[in-house]
Amino acid sequence: MSGTAALEANALGKRYGSHWALRGCSLEIPRGRVTALVGPNGAGKTTLLHLAVGLTRPTTGSVRVLGGSPHLNAGELLPRLGFVAQDHPLYRGFTLAELLKLGAKLNPRWDGQLARERLERLGLPPARRAGSLSGGEQAQVALSLALAKRPDLLLLDEPVASLDPLARREFLQSLLEAVAEDGLTVLLSSHILADLERVCDHLVVLSHSRVQLAGEIEEIVEAHRLLIGPRCDPTGLARVHSVIRQSHTERQTSLLVRANGHLYDAAWSVNEVGLEEIVLAYLARPTPAPAASTGHAYAEVAS
Amino acid sequence: MIEFHLDGRSGVPTYLQLVQQVKQAVRLGLLQPGDQLPTVKEVVSKLVINPNTVLKAYRELDHEGLVEGRRGQGTFVASSLPSPSIENHDAIRKGLLKWLDAARRAGLDEEAIAALFATTLHAAFFEEAA
Repeated sequence: MSGTAALEANALGKRYGSHWALRGCSLEIPRGRVTALVGPNGAGKTTLLHLAVGLTRPTTGSVRVLGGSPHLNAGELLPRLGFVAQDHPLYRGFTLAELLKLGAKLNPRWDGQLARERLERLGLPPARRAGSLSGGEQAQVALSLALAKRPDLLLLDEPVASLDPLARREFLQSLLEAVAEDGLTVLLSSHILADLERVCDHLVVLSHSRVQLAGEIEEIVEAHRLLIGPRCDPTGLARVHSVIRQSHTERQTSLLVRANGHLYDAAWSVNEVGLEEIVLAYLARPTPAPAASTGHAYAEVAS
Repeated sequence: MIEFHLDGRSGVPTYLQLVQQVKQAVRLGLLQPGDQLPTVKEVVSKLVINPNTVLKAYRELDHEGLVEGRRGQGTFVASSLPSPSIENHDAIRKGLLKWLDAARRAGLDEEAIAALFATTLHAAFFEEAA
């Protein structure tokens, strides 16, 4: 694995009691990108993020962020990481001014001016209590606090899941403006696919701890096509292209394929497919057996 | 200054939509040589899209010689445009009208004509690329 990745996981696993929340997960998140971490509930997204920011420790394998370990290099690394947890929790009894003061005390790279200016632009007076804000406003405050750390890598866990469409748009707008200004790396998890194609440029699809699909979103969309033609056996085609999903009627065959080079064949009508359909096709594929390296099996038996 | 719009259902990649809109604005004379394009941050803020997408579009336009980036100032429409605007292709337009007329007389409706044009265009450029 290269040292240039913002985050890299290697056979990463986390067990709570007898339950593996994440198991045998290996992936890489590139720097300078906005990456979407997509997967169904229970895929291990939150666990992965918590491992990445050092909130919890791996049971097996390793995770590195910005080239270091979030445990061994915590003192140097944590100031460079921003994290907005699910439902953007704030100290509800604190006023915004108090939250900013707390941020300044706790963070060596704190940019108080940035935080104050952002809150001012949002029209949120310093005397307001966090608990009195709307969900959208709380999300914006949490984002402002995370950005005021001046992080190199910002991780967000389901940042827009609980927001209404307008608040969601405003939140993503704030986030992307910050990316345009500072060029920070962003990793955001989501089980909502809408918006992602616009907002993110890189995608990792996680299901049962395993990466089902990873890459540049544009390349992914460009590489996949829906072929519709007379009923046939796709074995020959599958030798050249990857068939992700197939369905047949008496007369017709439909194939969602990842094309390997040019796909132009008079026998098929070739159609473009949206990102959402592609992702759903990967998630619906039969799951490979969970990572079964001997190390994990041993750890499980030993428990 | 122009404003970009996105068609979320067109299936055309976002960066390509931006490229096409700049080209269209130049063809229509809405953008003149020396005019400034919106800054990356302005586009990001208006459309809520990834900054890298805007950068990619502007790079592509720069590569085609349609715009030039000036360090610290922004992106501007190039002073000399490489391809003539479509107004100068009157003869081709007239030829197309004639062809459309023939297609209609052959019994094709608008949808059929569009499909025929799209597949022929694709085949022509595909064979060229292959």
